[in-house]
Amino acid sequence: MGLAPESQFHVLAVDDNLIDRKVIERLLKTSSYQVTTVDSAGKALEFLGLLEDDHINPNPPPVSPNNHQEVEVNLIITDYCMPGMTGYDLLKKIKESSSLRNIPVVIMSSENVPSRINRCLEEGAEEFFLKPVSLSDVNKLKPHMMKTKDKNHQNPENQEASKQPEEQPTQQEVQKQQQQQSNNNKRKTMEAEDLSPDRTRPRLNGLTVV
Amino acid sequence: MLGLGADRLRADMNRLLAFLFHQGVLDEQFLQLQQLQDESSPNFVSEVVNIYFHESEKLLRNLRGLVLEREFSDYKKMGIHLNQLIGSSSSIGAKRLTNICVAFRAASDQNNPTACLRALELLEHEYCYLKNKLHEFFQIEQQRVMAAGVRYPIQN
Repeated sequence: MGLAPESQFHVLAVDDNLIDRKVIERLLKTSSYQVTTVDSAGKALEFLGLLEDDHINPNPPPVSPNNHQEVEVNLIITDYCMPGMTGYDLLKKIKESSSLRNIPVVIMSSENVPSRINRCLEEGAEEFFLKPVSLSDVNKLKPHMMKTKDKNHQNPENQEASKQPEEQPTQQEVQKQQQQQSNNNKRKTMEAEDLSPDRTRPRLNGLTVV
Repeated sequence: MLGLGADRLRADMNRLLAFLFHQGVLDEQFLQLQQLQDESSPNFVSEVVNIYFHESEKLLRNLRGLVLEREFSDYKKMGIHLNQLIGSSSSIGAKRLTNICVAFRAASDQNNPTACLRALELLEHEYCYLKNKLHEFFQIEQQRVMAAGVRYPIQN
């Protein structure tokens, strides 16, 4: 699939586990995203250029409010459980920042805790992926990034007819869709139903080797 | 006739994989990693797995030290190491090992020294088994690549 001429999307991935960083990086690169990985929430904030001043001062200077940010980040995907600052703390800091709050944030966790999931969604996370993260999860990221890009550059909506048949949903619609989708959807709904075991993973009897 | 050796080796790889799946040693996450391997990243799986071995052996050494401690067992630290090991093991698709770690973590949560020791032994045994089998898998893969005369694994 060819890349749109405007640019590649840039994803910042945050995870303290080295293996998980390698895997998420590969998943994202395979999906043609530019990737930066960091091993802590602190480093993520550093990378995003979020200085203490930015947080204390809710009114950024009228000229170039993004002057702290050196690179454009289109999505942040972070592990929940990290020593020191958790993914949830990072999410909150980002949503509290005037310059960063529009960046979509996705949380990953190896633990299926409905209250945790709900808390993250309520705080503004776009998605919550259960680990191990798969390609079908990563395929869900594009609409969130497109939404922000359109808002920033006022481009007409990009109609990419591939993995995402749905239009760019709002957060409420996303939650509704979660309840409707049963296949390969590892997110928990508000009712915390049991996960559907059905995933679009390769079946065992069709084992092939690269 | 160049292809023949490669085909046979490929069959060997598939048979080994099927066996490991059947035993519950590996799960579909391992296949997911295989799918991520391509010309631009031809050794992705073996690279990740080697990092996994390196990291896991550190964790296993630490766990052994903690479990065998005579005086006071730091169960909290054990839990932290186990969480790391559970995370990375499930990320590479090492299902059976992950499950052993989960049981180990339960034993450490209960502050049960006997159960922890038993779990450690099981874990070390499983780790050895997994490492041997995966080494075998990658060895066959290397041979197959050479036999096929290509520089990268062929995507299915």
